Amino acid sequence: MDGLPGFVSIASNIVFLSFLVGIPVYGYFKGVKVYETFVTGAREGFEVAVRIIPYLVAILVAVGMFRASGAMDMISAAFPDFMKSLGLTPDVVSLSLMRPLSGSASLGILGGIISSRGADSYEARLASVITGCTETTLYVVAVYFGAVSVTRVRYAVHAGLLADAAGVVAAVIVSLILFR
Amino acid sequence: MLNVIWLVLLVGSVVVSVFTGHLKDIVPAVTESAESAFKMALGFTGVMALWLGIMKIAEESGLVELITRAIAPIMRYLFPEIPRDHPAMGSMAMNMVANMLGLNNAATPLGIRAMKDLDSLNARKDTATDSMCMFLAINTSSLQLVPAGAIALLAAGGSSDPTIIVFPALLATIVSTVTGVLSAKFLSRMRRFREDKDRG
Repeated sequence: MDGLPGFVSIASNIVFLSFLVGIPVYGYFKGVKVYETFVTGAREGFEVAVRIIPYLVAILVAVGMFRASGAMDMISAAFPDFMKSLGLTPDVVSLSLMRPLSGSASLGILGGIISSRGADSYEARLASVITGCTETTLYVVAVYFGAVSVTRVRYAVHAGLLADAAGVVAAVIVSLILFR
Repeated sequence: MLNVIWLVLLVGSVVVSVFTGHLKDIVPAVTESAESAFKMALGFTGVMALWLGIMKIAEESGLVELITRAIAPIMRYLFPEIPRDHPAMGSMAMNMVANMLGLNNAATPLGIRAMKDLDSLNARKDTATDSMCMFLAINTSSLQLVPAGAIALLAAGGSSDPTIIVFPALLATIVSTVTGVLSAKFLSRMRRFREDKDRG
């Protein structure tokens, strides 16, 4: 989080630490044996981590291949011109499409947009809003369902992707109103 | 859906790379990604253990119950199948709070914990329940109130006002989360997903 503006950075740290320290302090005053209880809870950590490995490998390998193939450039270049007037330039489109697949890849694209178009450009702001209102859906699905060994996920991916799509549409509309 | 997405990504990547001339890049990408998946899981172990430990304290101290009671009406609408005082309600509430506050590395362990609690009510262990799908829809719709990562990148890029995106991102997040919830409610009633659930 280098370069985070002062107050946001301080606020984030305060929130983080008040969870981490506040909960044990609260527990102590409620008569909980905090150390023993912590260790009991923490014991499951390794088992969960090991259990999600196959699911993570499946998703990350597929996404890795997709990124390496150059398919993203083809798809985003194929988007019609009128979308560019909405700020949906090829790089913003690839950010929106990459976002559900990979958090690190989409942050990389966002970084690229900010450095190539300028941090105060319309595209950079739109791309930031898009990043802020969407999630790495496929990764979350893989990890959460992987941890309980559920393979038939029914409509979870559909709902997640619909939410991401709605987020992108909302980001475009809100940005058009506020940033143009 | 996952079967289709996975297969399309695998086959599509190979086909496309033949045309784009990236075929030689694919093989190293496969190996690297598989390795990074393993490293990610291992690297995750410590953080996972940390937050599962904190979660346990929060439970024993009654804090989880307090938070759960505070947002009980919303939770009952979202997860009608889950009994009021089931532990899943507490762990889901904790996950959502961590998500909203942007505590990503706390949110995931708490979310996994919630999935395990939800799984204790699951009759068919390989298949997702409606509550799991709703929980996933909420988690994948982004709940984060302040997008700290994007703000950091804007600031690093020299933006004159990096926090200008906070309000629009909040509005868009509300839209995406509401869409996720309504989609999950709607899809759960669709025949093709019902049948899937009732089969066997």
